[in-house]
Amino acid sequence: MIRIEDVSLRHGQTQILHDIWLTIPKGGITALVGPNGAGKSSLLSLIARLQPLQAGRISVDSFPVDTTPSRDLARILAILRQDSIVTSRLRVRELVGFGRFPHGRGRLTPDDYAIIDQSLQQFDLTDLSDRFIETLSGGQRQRALVAMAFAQGTDYLLLDEPLNNLDMFFARELMRSLRRIADENGKTIVIVLHDINQASAHADRIVAMKSGRIVADGTPSDLLTPKTLQAVFGFQMRVETFDDMPVVLHFR
Amino acid sequence: MSIAATKQASKTGWVAGLTLAVLFVFSLCVGVDDMPIIRLFSDGRALELLLVSRLPRTLAAILTGAGLAIAGLIMQTLARNRYVEPSTAGTAQSAELGILLVTLLLPSASLLFKSLAASAAALLGTSLFLMTAHRLPPTQPFLVPLFGLVYGGVIGAAVTFVAWQADLLQYLSVWTNGDFSGVLRGRYELLWLGALMVVVAWMVADRLTIMALGRDASIGLGLDHARMLQLGLIIVSVISALSVVVVGMIPFVGLVVPNIVSRLMGDNMRGTLPTVAVSGAILVLGCDILGRLIRYPYEIPVGTVMGCVGGLIFLWLLFRRPSHV
Ligand SMILES: Nc1ncnc2c1ncn2[C@@H]1O[C@H](COP(=O)(O)OP(=O)(O)O)[C@@H](O)[C@H]1O
Ligand SMILES: [Mg+2]
Repeated sequence: MIRIEDVSLRHGQTQILHDIWLTIPKGGITALVGPNGAGKSSLLSLIARLQPLQAGRISVDSFPVDTTPSRDLARILAILRQDSIVTSRLRVRELVGFGRFPHGRGRLTPDDYAIIDQSLQQFDLTDLSDRFIETLSGGQRQRALVAMAFAQGTDYLLLDEPLNNLDMFFARELMRSLRRIADENGKTIVIVLHDINQASAHADRIVAMKSGRIVADGTPSDLLTPKTLQAVFGFQMRVETFDDMPVVLHFR
Repeated sequence: MSIAATKQASKTGWVAGLTLAVLFVFSLCVGVDDMPIIRLFSDGRALELLLVSRLPRTLAAILTGAGLAIAGLIMQTLARNRYVEPSTAGTAQSAELGILLVTLLLPSASLLFKSLAASAAALLGTSLFLMTAHRLPPTQPFLVPLFGLVYGGVIGAAVTFVAWQADLLQYLSVWTNGDFSGVLRGRYELLWLGALMVVVAWMVADRLTIMALGRDASIGLGLDHARMLQLGLIIVSVISALSVVVVGMIPFVGLVVPNIVSRLMGDNMRGTLPTVAVSGAILVLGCDILGRLIRYPYEIPVGTVMGCVGGLIFLWLLFRRPSHV
């Protein structure tokens, strides 16, 4: 369980997050949605101790993120930042292999190699595994980064806009892979999404943020109503239901 | 790493190791006092020359070359920029300033003490450089080396000014331009400390590779990013300072060697670090031998030779199309 209690954040004079309270139970996919600048990335980076906690408390599996040793946290929680860039000339397999670092601190066991292979396979990278990252397309790179986070083998996975750069096919593939590892391996996934219909199709729960506050929180069918969507995104959109799944028509 | 990549890496390793071995033997034989290795057993004077001068000189070149190449690699990792190295971004100049001040204030200080002072100054200068470099916009990668050049230039100018004021200008080139001709037994052994730093770097090679992925990725993988930064700074500073104190600064090694190895083998330092070290040794020892041969029986300092050779290699690196293996 991720427990966020009364968390606020400010940069200089600007208040970025206001008194956030949020509990994310173990298992399942939680989608974080909201307009640009809502504070989604800031919230994820606080959970993942990438910036110091200024006010409030955050714990993952009852480990407070600000006092738990970073290396211990790295075995229960992995994060993929928005716009991660790899400038090193590493091969895909090497990059994914570094996901295992928190476990052996650099020494890879046969189990580690098996997990690396499985991660490559899971994200359809096996054929690309000997290529240097810099020679991949944006979407292939993105998949390699997700595979690295997956290889870390943590119970909690925080993904900040992982669908960036992915074509329709791989966006769907990635969401289905995440659904599978949530269902089969009991992983807890928090994912920032801009495609609200991906959230509708694959998430168990949607948390909507706006201006540093949580403004709505619920299952896709609870949350995806014209009224809530207008409150979050600021414009009118139609919502239809197909196969019990709400579909947001936000194009026109 | 894949089987194919490992094979290629081990082949590169073999070639590099063999080249260094050949240069090593050659270096023992080349000098003003011509000494074929066969005379070693018949002529006691030859053995003396070998042990007192040739062997220390050769070892000094190897240790300096390996050290500077590794220092360059680590500096590039810390700055997350491929075009910085200790001799251009203020580390060497700070070390010079440190040793100059100690020479002025405590003329009788031992070589070890001078090295310590130079290392401390280098640490300070390099930290300041990195702190500023990290503020530069990452969208403009050439700002970092450019800033380094200006920064190093300013400190270098301060060094010259102080030396001029203190009437120590003729001393200065001893530190600013690398030269192995003065290396004798008992005068170079501090360089082994640099070798120790190379070993430390190899032990933390995985962490260095992760650091190159950036701060967030490092913390995400449970690495103590701040502490690794400190360790990297210490390695870079100690190696550079020792090189300045014992033989004088040698330019370009830290720049061209890591860049070439990166193009050939990538940036996974567990695999590339030994090749970087050996290649640095080859380059410096090769340039020192060249300096002994060009105007035989006179010598050209290795720093001067490297200024030409290293500069040419760097230009070639810049103008060659980037490889996409
Ligand atoms: N380092 C920073 N300094 C100042 N303001 C920041 C910083 N990082 C983010 N912000 C501001 O915080 C707000 C939330 O940003 P972010 O968490 O990235 O939003 P989101 O991910 O929802 O688009 C934005 O207004 C952004 O400008
Ligand atoms: Mg964001």
